[in-house]
Amino acid sequence: MSKVEVKGLYKIFGDDSKRALPLLEKGFSKKRIQTETGLTVALQDVTFKVESQEIFVVMGLSGSGKSTLIRCLNRLIEPTQGQVIIDGADITALTPNELIQIRRQKLGMVFQRFALFPHRTILENAAFGLEIQGIGEERYDKARDTLKLVGLDGWEGSYPDQLSGGMQQRVGLARALANDPDILLMDEAFSALDPLIRKEMQDELLDLQERLQKTIIFITHDLDEALKIGNRILLMKDGQVIQVGTPEEILQNPANKYVEKFVEDVDRTTLLTAKHVMTRPDAVISTKDGPRVALRRMKVHDISSIFVVGPERKLRGLVKAEDAVAAVKAGKIDLEDVLSTDIPKVDPDVQVPELMSLVATAKYPVAVVDDTGRLLGIIIRGSLLATLAGKGEV
Amino acid sequence: MPEIPLGSWIESLVQFLLDHLDFVFNAISVGIGSLIGALESLLKFLPYPIIIFIFAILGWRLVRRNVGILVAFGFLLIVNLGLWEETMETLTLVIVATVIVVVAGLPLGIWAARNRKVQVVTNPLLDLMQSMPAFVYLIPALMFFGLGRVPGVMATVIFAMPPVIRLTTLGIQQVPAELIEAADAFGSTPRQKLYKVELPMALPTIMAGINQAIMLSLSMVVISAMIGAKGLGAEVLRSISRLDIGLGFESGLAVVILAMSLDRITQALGQRHQSS
Repeated sequence: MSKVEVKGLYKIFGDDSKRALPLLEKGFSKKRIQTETGLTVALQDVTFKVESQEIFVVMGLSGSGKSTLIRCLNRLIEPTQGQVIIDGADITALTPNELIQIRRQKLGMVFQRFALFPHRTILENAAFGLEIQGIGEERYDKARDTLKLVGLDGWEGSYPDQLSGGMQQRVGLARALANDPDILLMDEAFSALDPLIRKEMQDELLDLQERLQKTIIFITHDLDEALKIGNRILLMKDGQVIQVGTPEEILQNPANKYVEKFVEDVDRTTLLTAKHVMTRPDAVISTKDGPRVALRRMKVHDISSIFVVGPERKLRGLVKAEDAVAAVKAGKIDLEDVLSTDIPKVDPDVQVPELMSLVATAKYPVAVVDDTGRLLGIIIRGSLLATLAGKGEV
Repeated sequence: MPEIPLGSWIESLVQFLLDHLDFVFNAISVGIGSLIGALESLLKFLPYPIIIFIFAILGWRLVRRNVGILVAFGFLLIVNLGLWEETMETLTLVIVATVIVVVAGLPLGIWAARNRKVQVVTNPLLDLMQSMPAFVYLIPALMFFGLGRVPGVMATVIFAMPPVIRLTTLGIQQVPAELIEAADAFGSTPRQKLYKVELPMALPTIMAGINQAIMLSLSMVVISAMIGAKGLGAEVLRSISRLDIGLGFESGLAVVILAMSLDRITQALGQRHQSS
């Protein structure tokens, strides 16, 4: 028996939404229904099965109905018609109390924007699900264990706004896991994270899944992510299922032109770009620091130059060791005096062939910055070559 | 065109209420009257150094040390001016009115946040309550409850309630939708959602509303001296009738000191929750 089975699911937004159903049957387009009745068809005849302990990815562009779909599974959004069967029980037929019980026991959810409770500590956030089940003090032991599982031991007493985005989402994951649910619903769980952190979280989710063996339904708009973590992938477009299959099946036998176009996109995006070969800039200093601090950090990290960032990690420039030494000797304390601003910068989507020539001629690491000037990572000659030699995975 | 007899309609409405619901007003009168009596006896029974000490500690702990010191000096000045008893009478009225405002306003605010229709009905009512000249409330209060402190408190309650209702509604509606979703997704009952997510998140806004209510109470309590609520308002009134500028200034200053002390302390309460 499948863990989750969705049968003929429809969701139509608007007043008295059922009146759109016969129109859909007659073959009216969504656009026509929208203009004639004011109703929005978000999901149309969605049917699929999710097997126990697999990672099932629902992939689609924004507006494809994937977020609506995942919310129909735990009835945060009420389906208009159709069934959602979990462990043989039809979720759509439950009374409000039964629904609360199922949500508490079987379904954990992780949200795109983390949705942590800002007035609660990390520990209290992680223990939330257990708390509302009326579990006493031992809920904190369980929550502590779960926080440890996601690598957040030591942060129990902090508040969410003291944590970085990646760490906040770990809390979100811990909160969902603390209840020990069979099924994890993850709604674009990693989409709000920086590329490097995102990759890290994907790896960690796969690690966790090895150990925990949950049934995970994962929503994403990113095909790279879908291919990386999904055992099976469901492709959605305009509220309808286009294709369901393993990553291999989808890449090799695209069901139609739409999927084919996606797969072409994959070929292009899986070509290595700057964001794939960059490494995390461990050593950076802020514009507030002086040349002495710069020198010390270079010494600690055994490097001969260091990137300088302003507020929000906006890249300001680079300080070279020899310039910093000169500044210290001359008694200057302002970093701005020795800042080299004329340094190579690249966009995260720049492709490797272009990078090669740049890195080959650059005397210092190349900075990868996004369009707002934020420092995302750095590219060092060594790590680029290592990636090309096949050590790094994409 | 004949004049619309709005005034006489209101008159007959009030008369109708008086004729048929007199026992309700009597019950309210007795209940609130004894509440006021008990609190006032307590505040007057406690020696003034104890009360000053309590307020100074609150000011120090909740805001900062200098505020505690200023509160202590301000209250000592009131003692020195010989207005301590009157100040305690006024404080009693403010506290009782604020308690009633919160007990009635908070649930109404929550209800309005939940139910669009309730909000549509209460909004113009709240506008009316807030912008009607405060003196107008004295007339029906007088008719329903007679002379004294009870009508003073009732008029104050009506005048001071709107911000608590409004800001409670606002605070709850401002809770991000994703947090409501999270609470639901983990299987919260509606009550758990209210107590564990919505109210804590709305608390700073609600506290701002309560702070406003206290300030409005204080201004109304002075006005309601006209219908026999005692306290600092009565002193202000006396100074007007005698054209006694000295007494007027002194009792006015006592009101200011009380207002500023209560304002700083209750404001800090809201901000404390915000920072955590």
